[in-house]
Amino acid sequence: MEPFFIVKNLWLIPGLPIGAALVITFMGSKRKSAAYGLSVACLALSAVLSFWAFSVVSGHEGISQNVDGSAEIHEDEAEADAGNVFRQTHNFTWISIGFEKIEFGWVLDPLTAVMIAMVSFVALLIFIYSGEYMKQDPRFTRFFAFLSLFTGSMLGVVISNSFLLFFIFWELVGLSSFLLIGFWYHKPSAVAASQKAFLVTRIGDFGLLIGMILLTSSAGNFLFYDEGKGCLETQALLDLLGPAAIGGLTIAGLISLLVFFGAMSKSGQVPFHVWLPDAMEGPTPVSALIHAATMVAAGVFLVARLFPLFDLDPTFVSGVSPSLSVVTWVGAITAFYAACVAVAQTDIKRILAYSTVSQLGYMMMALGVGGVAAGMFHLITHAFFKALLFLGAGSVIHGSHDEQDIRKMGGLRTLMPKTFQVYAIGMLALTGFPFLFSGFWSKEEILTTALHWPASKIPFLLGLCGAFLTAFYMSRQMIYVFHGKNRQQSGSGSIHESPGSMVIPMAVLAAFAVGLSVIGTPIWPWFEGFITGHPVPFRIGELFHLSHLALMVGSTALVFGGYFLAWKIYGSAQSLGENHPDRLSSYQPWLFGFLNRQCHVDELYQKIFVKPFFEIGQFCRTVEEKWNHSLTSIVSAVTLMISWCCRWVDDWLINPGFDYICDRSRRVAGRLSVLQNGQIQNYLRVGGLAIAFLMVIYVLGGMI
Amino acid sequence: MTDISQLALSILTAVPLFGAVMVMVLNPGCRHYSKRWSLGFSLVATFGALLICYGFEPGKEGFQFEEEYLWLKNPVVYYHLGVDGISIVFLLLTALIIPFSIALSKSPDSNPNLYFSLLLLLQCGLTGTFTALNFFHWFLFWEASLIPAFFLVRLWGGRQRAATAGTFFVFTMVGSIAMLVSFLALYFALGTFEFNELAEFGRQGLLTEAISQHVEIAGLSANKLSVLVFSGVFLGVAVKIPLVPFHSWLPDTYTQAPTPVTIVLTGVMSKMGVYGMIRLLLPIFPGQIRILQDVLLGLAVLTIVYGAFAALQQTDLKKMLAYSSINHLGYCALGIFASVTVVGTEVHWITEKASALNGVVLQCFSHGITASALFFMVWILESRKGAGRKLGGFSGLRSKAPVFCGLCGVAAFASLGLPGLSSFVGEFLIFKGAFSLAPTAALLSIPGLLVTAVFLLRFFQITFCGPCPAESNHFADLNSKEILTAVPLMALIVILGVFPDILIRLINPKAIEIIAHLAP
Repeated sequence: MEPFFIVKNLWLIPGLPIGAALVITFMGSKRKSAAYGLSVACLALSAVLSFWAFSVVSGHEGISQNVDGSAEIHEDEAEADAGNVFRQTHNFTWISIGFEKIEFGWVLDPLTAVMIAMVSFVALLIFIYSGEYMKQDPRFTRFFAFLSLFTGSMLGVVISNSFLLFFIFWELVGLSSFLLIGFWYHKPSAVAASQKAFLVTRIGDFGLLIGMILLTSSAGNFLFYDEGKGCLETQALLDLLGPAAIGGLTIAGLISLLVFFGAMSKSGQVPFHVWLPDAMEGPTPVSALIHAATMVAAGVFLVARLFPLFDLDPTFVSGVSPSLSVVTWVGAITAFYAACVAVAQTDIKRILAYSTVSQLGYMMMALGVGGVAAGMFHLITHAFFKALLFLGAGSVIHGSHDEQDIRKMGGLRTLMPKTFQVYAIGMLALTGFPFLFSGFWSKEEILTTALHWPASKIPFLLGLCGAFLTAFYMSRQMIYVFHGKNRQQSGSGSIHESPGSMVIPMAVLAAFAVGLSVIGTPIWPWFEGFITGHPVPFRIGELFHLSHLALMVGSTALVFGGYFLAWKIYGSAQSLGENHPDRLSSYQPWLFGFLNRQCHVDELYQKIFVKPFFEIGQFCRTVEEKWNHSLTSIVSAVTLMISWCCRWVDDWLINPGFDYICDRSRRVAGRLSVLQNGQIQNYLRVGGLAIAFLMVIYVLGGMI
Repeated sequence: MTDISQLALSILTAVPLFGAVMVMVLNPGCRHYSKRWSLGFSLVATFGALLICYGFEPGKEGFQFEEEYLWLKNPVVYYHLGVDGISIVFLLLTALIIPFSIALSKSPDSNPNLYFSLLLLLQCGLTGTFTALNFFHWFLFWEASLIPAFFLVRLWGGRQRAATAGTFFVFTMVGSIAMLVSFLALYFALGTFEFNELAEFGRQGLLTEAISQHVEIAGLSANKLSVLVFSGVFLGVAVKIPLVPFHSWLPDTYTQAPTPVTIVLTGVMSKMGVYGMIRLLLPIFPGQIRILQDVLLGLAVLTIVYGAFAALQQTDLKKMLAYSSINHLGYCALGIFASVTVVGTEVHWITEKASALNGVVLQCFSHGITASALFFMVWILESRKGAGRKLGGFSGLRSKAPVFCGLCGVAAFASLGLPGLSSFVGEFLIFKGAFSLAPTAALLSIPGLLVTAVFLLRFFQITFCGPCPAESNHFADLNSKEILTAVPLMALIVILGVFPDILIRLINPKAIEIIAHLAP
């Protein structure tokens, strides 16, 4: 089938923002409005194209449903998946190596469609917001160049049909994150954070690189989907099941674990999470777009994209392959751990950062237990409400003059009423307030899937605890920031509500934080049908299924427990100020301090990785200097010795002999010189004699 | 036209030589002219190299623009020139870097004529090395390029130039002599200096036998003898690259040489070693490489990892980049040795081996341009008055010199292998091949990539980020002349990152040819 026009031109979606970034780079720093206009216009255009692509995919669903509807399909689910999902690609050769081609290309399938729609739309809102937020910054144009570069690369990641192209964009995303975290480069903390982010993610990327090389070498194809020959298609995957590699893993297991390293580092999963909270040094819109909504979700997207590989197991039971078990456990531990740490933070952005890490853990857990649709749905809903929360935090910070410590805020409910309203919506969505908010449904779906995981129930329980903690720390933050009286030293007079161009994007995000629930309820799980390619009917009875209902009631009770506990501890407190210790810390000073310092992970890493690393460097340097120095000395000593020997030989053997010969020849010459007395007659005589002699030889010789 | 094209390579080699003579005899009074004239001559050679590249047909088997004349009857020596898809890349690199180096050189106070004509002589030697197909004059050019380099370091180098130049000369000389002796042994055994014919013996596996019949050293067995002969050639190229235990000359030489000369040393002269490996070691001694493969791969890994770690804590920027060069060329050695390890003629193996070899050549070219660009940046720091070239001598330059910072950022990120810039493609292809062919060595080399990222980021951030101290307030951004000098390299870094096919389509057919000939 001839691919759709939009599939062939899918490259325009990342191409437009990247083009804008290039143009802005060469435009000069004075033309602020031109830079702003250009980047927003290009992104708006790619958002339109993204929605077009999305509508193509969702419109096509019905048609392919006609093709496979029979019962026998369900016997082999993998086959049915492949048959139902709309997927079109456009590929071309990048370079030819040996007898193989390294191909690039893009793919349009449900996964791509929902990601491009989400990324371009959320990014567009954040671009509009940033225009106001960064207004005073002298490097305004540079900011939009970097932001456009990021958005383009991120869109490139999601449309890539070639693993190599995917990797290239993946690294470019890392680069733009580096540039934007360190955007305020005169702040040493921002510089350090950007370096940390780049290096930690790069460590994981080596795993991804090796995994990619192994996978594509074995398949002989760099494309994910290539009419049956791609490296994610059945034929290539079955080849990977063959011999065991290391420790009883199949090659598929080994490759997927290597790839998962990349996903872990990008998505801030334990133990690679350390860079993400520090990344909050960047401007707040950056935190919203990159370190909450889109880039950090790229790891989740990677696992979802390569899910056929992760799911590959000789036993053919979905969700229990060794690599997926690892994904589940890492996700569950991350979800719980980060929620714990978030409880004891005092920086408004750091709380949100840990909350992001925790939510990414939920997504990973969902994928690990086999719920691609659940994980992706949470990715989408989280993108909206977490972007909303960060923008809200930005608005708070902006309004209260760059104050980030929640202990110095308070009472903003009346001072910034609009921000308060949208922030509350975001908070309720994140904590999973029942029924009304999208976050509730996506979280429920994850917990349901985790409950049915055959291997263990512990991840599910960790998820439940995480839900409780989330409700608790978000309520704590809300109370600190918006409740009570303002505690800022400079007084509350100058605190102002943010202007419309900042509030409107937040309002739109808030609308989506609520509205997205429509497509993900158990009554009508349209999203799940969209991703898996099995359209689902509207079924009201699903909601009253006993297991669903019990879980819903249970988790809701936990969430309300979290709200209540936070209110009990902080709500009644008269003084929450900086000088008064946190209520929790007076109950459990050691535990609070431990969590506040992020369980000392940073210090631990410093000790066991960073320090030895530089010590090796120092060691090599010392060796080099010593070795070089001694070697140079040896070389020069040897050279000197040789030349000394030569000189000795020269002086005592050759020279005396030579001198002797010279001496002798001089003396002989002296005697001979008598002959050369300058008298021409003599010379003529000698000449005559010689001629005569030669004549004699000539004649006599002839005779003989 | 046909007559000219039959002499194309000789002319290309002769142009810089002629230029060197012309510049040498210039009136020493007009020092400004010597730079202009030499730049002119080297650009003419660049133009010639581009013409040859234009006339070159990729995918055609064997050599092109060949010239072959009997030169000496005893020993039998042919004057034999030609280019293939691999040597043309090195030729282009030479033609690119030498004018770059001349353009950014400042006329030295003492004897500028000699300085510039030595650079042109160097170009002549390099061009000759990359086009020669007979060991005899290949070796002449190989050695001839050493002499101008020695004098450039000796006469215009830093404070310890005398000792450094001496070490440099002794090291490379020892390597060269070892190589010469080995080739003489080969000549006695096989009666030819022609690379093609020697490679044919290597391919058929007759080398060992022939050597043992004609050469005898201390009663060594045939295998050991052939390994000994191989070791001599290996030493010659290993010192030139250099691989790690043979690298002691490099850090001081790169540091003491005037930076434009360092650019030629790292940009092109270090590539002579890699070229020697591809042209000599790989086709002639595949069997011997296989015997020693664990040692050789170990040396490559050592070069990569040790070079990177040694760069990590350097405070002299030139020294840091010098060690970084060692590290980057280690990848080339890894690719070359990996491409011999597995014995197999299946399409899959040929592809992986060709991938490694393509990567090696591409890495050479892109290291040539990125390392030159980085040394150029250090040169700018040096030439602005003030803190010299110590790490930490400058900080917060980003606000004072945004263009400089941007270009330096591109060069640094290219050097640490960011996808989308040139070095990534080469390193990726090397690792793609190496992970299939020599997985352990490839895995052990990975830390090198990380360390490179660490020290380059540190350099970048310390120099450009953070608060700007008062003494840097007058740091001038790049002027238009400097930008113009840097732009060709920067453009190539980006273009090759996105469209590596420009070079790959030249290299790949030849890489397949070499690999296919290797298979026993």
